Amino acid sequence: MSRIEIRHVSKAYGKTVALKDVTATISDGKICGLLGRNGAGKTTLLNIITNRIFADQGQVYINDEPVIENDKIQGTIFYMTEKTLYPKETRVSEVFKITKGFYPSFDLDYAASLSDRFKLEPRKKISSLSTGYLTILKLVLTLASDAPITIYDEPVLGLDANHRDLFYKELISHYNDAPNTVILSTHLIEEVTRLLEDVIMLREGAMLLDQPVDSILQLAYTVSGDQESVDRYAVDKKVISRETLGRYKSATLYQTRTAADDELISQLGLDLMPAKLQDVFISLTN
Amino acid sequence: MQLDAENEKPIFIQLAESIEDNILKGIYPEETQIPSTTEVAVTLKINPATVNRGVNLLVDDGIIYKKRGVGMFVCQGAHEKIMAKHKQAFYQNFLLPILEEAKNLGLSREEISQMLNSSTKIEPAEGRISNEPH
Repeated sequence: MSRIEIRHVSKAYGKTVALKDVTATISDGKICGLLGRNGAGKTTLLNIITNRIFADQGQVYINDEPVIENDKIQGTIFYMTEKTLYPKETRVSEVFKITKGFYPSFDLDYAASLSDRFKLEPRKKISSLSTGYLTILKLVLTLASDAPITIYDEPVLGLDANHRDLFYKELISHYNDAPNTVILSTHLIEEVTRLLEDVIMLREGAMLLDQPVDSILQLAYTVSGDQESVDRYAVDKKVISRETLGRYKSATLYQTRTAADDELISQLGLDLMPAKLQDVFISLTN
Repeated sequence: MQLDAENEKPIFIQLAESIEDNILKGIYPEETQIPSTTEVAVTLKINPATVNRGVNLLVDDGIIYKKRGVGMFVCQGAHEKIMAKHKQAFYQNFLLPILEEAKNLGLSREEISQMLNSSTKIEPAEGRISNEPH
């Protein structure tokens, strides 16, 4: 059981507000996407969950226990940060051993097999790893940690297409074997949509959405066609974005689509397309 | 199995349809095992919960069945069931869009019939379509 509850969390750095009264729940055993534009507060939130910084207001609970100064709870989280915390002269194989010291559940065999597949050489020193391979090292550590909660912060930074593919497959395969709670914080939404079950969306430090991906996609749709017809359809409806090209117009809506809606869309001769998560994200965070 | 990001249908439905298509084409014959949820999830990089939703659609429709601890198999008679289902959906999914496009192009019923009758893709004995309006 690893349910994370974020309750009314606020954080400011001087006059800059990083998080504004954020409340959300991350369900046990699900892959949850933490999405937001640069500076939306994703990393601040993750740092509060993992007790690296303190919230000004509010609390984070894991299985009903506050996470602050709670070593037992913190020991169940493995957090892949953007920063590298190991001394530069440490070899990859030594990093594995050190990690095993901190996280008894760390799977050395799995780490070795992953290194092999990613062609990460265990003898190499951290200082000699490229940006991509530093990311790979951190991915291997996080995957092999076998922690009940794993958190990935921008997991594919600097990875080529093949390595990204390998990571996504490995993530799903490992999750399938041991369905732990996974948080994927990223701005590469298109790539991760299918991996996710739930989504938390932040905008300028405020909570925008906390929902299953399916429900979001069910609510979002785009109608397009003649400008006047689109306007006639969209009047008094929740429109999240519009685009015009001459007399052609498209509007993306975010609301329940009823049979009456479908009928009206067809009567007005409009085209109907479901929206993608990426579109919803762009519309809502603009 | 191919899923299309641009496709308008939800991923779990696309997945179910893709398995159905493979059964129709004989790639997954009746009473043989189909790939496991894990294999599908990993290969296509989809959340396993989504794969389960798609698979359960097919189980509910009597297209595939699960054998505990063994895997998933294509039901006896699945081929026929899928054919019946696709025939039912043919008007909605294929004919209707064609007719709408024909309307945009101003094609008459006669012109469409003529195209159908001269097409070598349908067998004349079964596929003959009357020029008379119904």
